[in-house]
Formats: sequence, C-alpha cells, structure tokens
Amino acid sequence: MSTAWPLWEVFVRSRRGLSHTHVGSLHAPDAELALRNARDVYTRRQEGVSLWVVPSSEIVASDPGERDAFFDPADDKVYRHPTFYDVPEGVEHL
Amino acid sequence: MSFDDLLADDGRVEPRDEMPDAYRRTLIRQIAQHAHSEIIGMQPEGNWISRAPSLRRKAILMAKVQDEAGHGLYLYAAAETLGVERADLLDQLHTGRQKYSSIFNYPTLSWADVGAIGWLVDGAAIVNQVPLCRCSYGPYARAMVRVCKEESFHQRQGFEILHTLAHGTPEQHAMAQDAVDRYWWPSLMMFGPPDDSSPNSAQSMAWGIKRFSNDDLRRRFVDMTVPQAEILGLTLPDPDIRWSEERGHYDFGPIDFTELGEVIAGNGPCNRDRMAHRVGAHEAGAWVRDAATAYEAKRAARAEGAA
Repeated sequence: MSTAWPLWEVFVRSRRGLSHTHVGSLHAPDAELALRNARDVYTRRQEGVSLWVVPSSEIVASDPGERDAFFDPADDKVYRHPTFYDVPEGVEHL
Repeated sequence: MSFDDLLADDGRVEPRDEMPDAYRRTLIRQIAQHAHSEIIGMQPEGNWISRAPSLRRKAILMAKVQDEAGHGLYLYAAAETLGVERADLLDQLHTGRQKYSSIFNYPTLSWADVGAIGWLVDGAAIVNQVPLCRCSYGPYARAMVRVCKEESFHQRQGFEILHTLAHGTPEQHAMAQDAVDRYWWPSLMMFGPPDDSSPNSAQSMAWGIKRFSNDDLRRRFVDMTVPQAEILGLTLPDPDIRWSEERGHYDFGPIDFTELGEVIAGNGPCNRDRMAHRVGAHEAGAWVRDAATAYEAKRAARAEGAA
C-alpha cells in the first residue's frame, strides 16, 4: 500500500519586517515534522527568522490555461499608473 | 529578542511576537481608523462618478475609488493580525466607537473638488503615510508600502484635473480656485493637532509607530504644495504664506483647530450623511453575504452527502 507523505509548501521570512516568501516544498507525515524538515532543508544557513508550512492540497491556485482571461481586467487600465499623467515642467514631489 | 530591544534596534515587530497590551491596542485603534478612513473616503468622490465630465475621467475616478476600497481591505487585514475580527471593527465604526479621518466629512460640491481631493487630501495622506512604511509593526508597514505605491496615481490625477480647469475658461478657473479655497485648511488639519496638544504623539514616537511629529509633517506638506499651487496658477487661501529665508520653510497662518474639534465631535458638514450611507450600504449588502454563506453551506453539505 502507498504510504506517500503529503506535500507541504514552505514559506520563509528572511528577516523581520519582510513578509514570508515561498521557497519550495517538501514531503512530511505531519505538520510538526514538516516544520522541522523545512528548517533543515531551507534554513541551514540562517536564511530565515520564521517559517510557515502549508499543506499543498490546501492551496487554491489560478489556472495557468485561464491566465489571459483571468487577468484581462487589468490590461486596459493604464490610468492606474502614475506615469499615465502629464506633469508640467518643474513640478516636484508629485 | 525582547520588545524593548527590538525597538531599540529599530527592528520590526511581527504578529506572533510578544508586545505590550497598550502597543497592541494603539495599533488596532490606529489601523482600524485608517481602514475606516479609506472606505468612508470612497463616498465624497463616489458622489461624482456618475457626473464625471468625460468617459476618461469617469474610468479614472472609478479606478481611484476602487483603490480606496482595496486600501481599506489591506488595512483591515493588517489589523486582523493583531487578533481582532473585521466584523467587530466595522461594528465599532457603525456605532461611533471608532473614528475615521475628519477630512471626509466635507462635501464635494463641484467636479473641481475631485481634483482638490486628489491633489491636497491625497497629497497630505502621502506625506502622512510614507513614514508609516517604516512603522515598527511589520504587517502595517507592509500594507502601507502597497498603499503608498498606489496613492501616487491618485495625487497626479487630482493635480491634472485642477491643472486642466485652472487653464480652462474663467468659470473653470474659478471652480478650481473655489475647491482649493475650501479644501486647503481641512487638508492641513489632517496632520492632527499641534505638537504641544497632541497627547499620544510622544508614546507613538517612542514605539516607532509614528516617525515624525504632526507639525513636522504639516510643514513638509506646505513646503511641497506651495510651489505646486504656483504652477497650477491657483492661490492658497492664506495671506500669511511666504518663504522664510532664515527657517528654510514656508511660513503659514494659524490654523483654526476649533473647527477640527467640531468635525471630530460629529458636527462637520457631512458626518451624519457619511455614517448613514455606510451603515445603509452594510445593511443593504447583508443579503449578498448571507447568500454566499448559504451557498457554501449547501455545497459543503452536498459534498458530504456524496462522500
């Protein structure tokens, strides 16, 4: 019978003030071991001050095949960027 | 590392760190008030979406009001990392136990007000918010980085509206001037009471929540804004504004802080309207939230039945 351990996604906060960033994944039988394994796999050189592990099966991801349609609403809204606006010569701090 | 050592080291406090209760309470109050300001701030500008002078202006204004909603969401999420519930924060807003920025209690009487809000109100907000990107509480600081990045479009679109009006017909110029006349002083009040009567400032500075005093930020705003007004071809309604060679800043006249007190106390021109609209929108939207919850419950029940 298959005894494959579930997959966990690992997030590391490299230092205080920064958010946790995805660094990779690993297999582990439970959350506690996933955390310890993540420490040994991903932070052997003091890469982090905090770790999150999340069961991969719990992550809901957008569909790569639907990418264009999914992100389409932002395509035609250049006016959301400050560079869209003409600023007259000599204006500072705007 | 202890809380005090962290602050002494200019480090960031993260959600699972130990922190004094008063620090937590102060942050919850400030972040919640900030979040409330973002969503109440949708109202004065939302007032002009249906009457924007062109499709271009309308699309831009909708994008801006949408951003304000997004900023509210970033901030409510940051507040929730401190162990409070969003529904509870909204309830405190709706029952008047938490406040929002007094600037949103002024009416938007003309299209030019949308420009004045972008240029002056968002300009003042940026001056206030940029130092918050270095606030000692990590989730708040990170939320502010996103907010500040998006704010710069807001200020520019406001400047552009006023620039267009100020270089248009005499009537348009007058409309722009009138908006600036009404929004100038309330914008200066956005920085809060003067330093000598701002009792909580010292503690917030010691905690690294606040990085500069109210008066310092206000001065910075005036220094940035006066030259911009000259380029717009508009005047600021303060005869005392003049460059001070010795101070290296613009002098400006005394601010009537009794007005600020009145508006905060609930007696501004639009306090009741803003709250009534907010509570109304929340109640009128209840069926949508209920329907989504019911749908999920039904889906879960079906999945369970199928298993």
